[in-house]
Amino acid sequence: MPNYTLKINGKQIEVNVDEDTPLLWVLRDELTMKGTKFGCGIAQCGACTVHVNNIAVRSCSLPISSISEESITTIEGLSENGTHPVQLAWKEIDVPQCGYCQAGQIMTASAFLKDNSTPTKKEIREAMHGNICRCASYNRIEKAVELAAKNL
Amino acid sequence: MISQNKSHSFSRRNFLKTSLLAGGGMLIGFNLLSACKPDAILPIDISKLNFNDFNAFIKISDEGYVTIFSPNPEIGQGVKTAMPMIIAEELDVDWNKVSVAQGIYDPKNYQRQVAGGSQSIRFGWDALRQTGATTKQMLVNAAAIQWGVNPSSCSASQGIISNANGDTLGYGEVVKVAANLEVPENIILKDPKDFKIIGHDITNVDIQKIITGKPLFGIDYTSEGMVYASVLRPPAFGHKLTSFDDQISRSINGVIEVIKFGDKIAVLATNTWAAMKGKKAIVAHWKQDTKPESTEDHNFELIKILNGNKFNTNREDGNVETAFKNADKIIERTYESPFLPHNCMEPMNFYANVTDKKVHLVGPIQTPAWTSGKIAKILNRKPEEIHLEMTRMGGGFGRRLYGDFAEEAAQISNITKKPIQVVFSREDDMAAGTYRPAIKYRIKAAIKEGKLTAYHLKEAAINGNMYGLIANFFPAGCIPNYKVSTENYKSNITTGAWRAPFTNFLAFAEQSFFSEIANELDVDHPKLIIDLLQNVKGTTDERIQYSPERMEETINLVIKKSNWGKTSEGIYQGFSAYYCHNTHVAEVADIELKNGMPVVKKVTVAVDCGIVVNPLGAKNQLEGGVIDGIGHAMYGDFSFKSGTPQSVNFDKYRLIRMEETPEVKSYFVESNLSPTGLGEPGLPPAGGAVANAIFKATGQRLLKQPFINQLEMSRSKILG
Repeated sequence: MPNYTLKINGKQIEVNVDEDTPLLWVLRDELTMKGTKFGCGIAQCGACTVHVNNIAVRSCSLPISSISEESITTIEGLSENGTHPVQLAWKEIDVPQCGYCQAGQIMTASAFLKDNSTPTKKEIREAMHGNICRCASYNRIEKAVELAAKNL
Repeated sequence: MISQNKSHSFSRRNFLKTSLLAGGGMLIGFNLLSACKPDAILPIDISKLNFNDFNAFIKISDEGYVTIFSPNPEIGQGVKTAMPMIIAEELDVDWNKVSVAQGIYDPKNYQRQVAGGSQSIRFGWDALRQTGATTKQMLVNAAAIQWGVNPSSCSASQGIISNANGDTLGYGEVVKVAANLEVPENIILKDPKDFKIIGHDITNVDIQKIITGKPLFGIDYTSEGMVYASVLRPPAFGHKLTSFDDQISRSINGVIEVIKFGDKIAVLATNTWAAMKGKKAIVAHWKQDTKPESTEDHNFELIKILNGNKFNTNREDGNVETAFKNADKIIERTYESPFLPHNCMEPMNFYANVTDKKVHLVGPIQTPAWTSGKIAKILNRKPEEIHLEMTRMGGGFGRRLYGDFAEEAAQISNITKKPIQVVFSREDDMAAGTYRPAIKYRIKAAIKEGKLTAYHLKEAAINGNMYGLIANFFPAGCIPNYKVSTENYKSNITTGAWRAPFTNFLAFAEQSFFSEIANELDVDHPKLIIDLLQNVKGTTDERIQYSPERMEETINLVIKKSNWGKTSEGIYQGFSAYYCHNTHVAEVADIELKNGMPVVKKVTVAVDCGIVVNPLGAKNQLEGGVIDGIGHAMYGDFSFKSGTPQSVNFDKYRLIRMEETPEVKSYFVESNLSPTGLGEPGLPPAGGAVANAIFKATGQRLLKQPFINQLEMSRSKILG
């Protein structure tokens, strides 16, 4: 099996996996980083969202062989102790119900706000449209992104 | 009529037990569900129980920090926050000094522990309060002994006990003495007006772990030497395995073993990806065992039932047939719904490690007792050899009441003697069955001299019919001639409970129908319901489940808060009200039309659920329930062709997303009555409110779910 050197949350990490292994399963099973979630496996729900060079990417559909020098950030590395403005907003608004999709929601929101720090309501709704929340905590996700934008 | 504020009997002798912890501090336990069930019989001598026999605990450290073990499984309904809040309130501690842990589970002496039916808070209320208050009294008694004063001259608040001389002691300073005291009786509970925690917004106790991605869910669990299992199940209902070739599968990197169990094949691998790849590489051959069923067959069979005359009678008042004969006008409508998968965001999964010594199970399950009992039977093990740990669940919606995935894990580990975790792919999850069954309702009403004189509801469902209480929900008791008839068609497609079973669709059918009746009688829909409710006030019929007074107040609140009938141009409103799970809910949907298609802008919700334990969590349940209800009414579609599900992932199965979601505004009827459930009741009225608003905007009556199919069909007709 080929060897890959990845840059995850600022650390160089070596893994030995098949080239078609999606980043999601490298994170979850090889590196026991369970924060990034499996939802659909076909890039439709957003539960597995991570940042690759600051861009929100669906890790379930990203084969490890397509990554080389890129810098990967997962929910575990978004901040020290959950202090990123998006995480703090999630806490203040008390967004989660079951909580399973929220890591993906937070990763999508934080990448979006990096690009657009003064979003309109419509832009927030468009940006978050790709992430499914089965508990439908959508009202609070929307409010939390608005709040995070204010506090950035 | 059933009392809305029934107090469950509670005896401290049976339910409380204290002890001093080896590491310091005090532990007090109680058996929540037997405490709540007046007729529960304890199976064994209570004096011989150890603490694992109780399913909720308070632990107080010498420093005064409090750990509360939340007894019931957490599926996103918020009980892991709300149940400890109730204990902490009566214990009277600073919430900042409280930490919460999931209660342990020991099937050896365990009775019942379920997340389902929106009943955790309702059933737990008295027992949780008693436990907190009893513990507080023991701490006060201990302090009184130390001071040599009468306990009645002492008081406690926020974890500090004080006496008349102005002396104070922290809870932590007296726990050692308190733990050895007699458990006191005749405990006085707080007056709700003195509540400091209940009724206040408390953030989800797991929030920090959720936002930082800490392992928390079943799928996050790992253990030394654990391997992953992906299971190939029959691709269609009615299929049986004949043979398979696993040669390619076994050659995949990471694949360890391929085994057959029953009609299933499990691929074990060192990682989930390899297990899933290995499963895809299996060449399996299946044979038709039972009849292959398609959606057309179900439609045919259910309509045949509705057109026939073979029904069970669930309730009958007066004589509907005579009333129909004498009617000035008869209105009859048929409402149709598809099967629905649950689609918890966390796909089904479970960990099992079966050894000669014990069966260790870890994962997300709504019914730990039932499931471990079944597994003990399947593996032919003693119940006390089964050790089951519950994790936080990435959604339940009823799917995790059924432990099929845990049984699979146990069977695979039993055969391979390895610690394994079964992980479903989304496709596995959507195709594995236990769906909300397809149901059709036919409702017929008689109108005479401007009054509703008869109402006949017929239900034709797949595999099973509505539970008994439903026939005694509204409008039972309101209409002199009233009948509920049910019958079902047995299918080989597996079905089960889905958030607000039966009412999740029945409420839509009923409230759409009442909107039509209101139109026919030329009266406002909410006014029609309120008028009907007057007929049941003061009834002596004990079968009636809902309270007309509480429903009326709930409806009046939604009318006020939604500006019913006073909205701006281009906004169309629809109303719906429904009682289920002991909670009264009324909703108003505001929609507008965009390119001829309805857009739901806002839903106003009024609820009477008694005392609101955690308003922050309660509103979250309502926001989610309403949007979930709209999403499935609008888009949920799931069909079969020769037993094969036709949409098994989110590219073909549509769930509601951010841009389709309305703003949900919720309001609570002020109440001092005991709390009732909120996990389900917000959902049922939502579809009807939206359908009734769409009728106002377009004149189109939606009779089938999902709405989107009819809306698109009529739009394409309009656009040519």
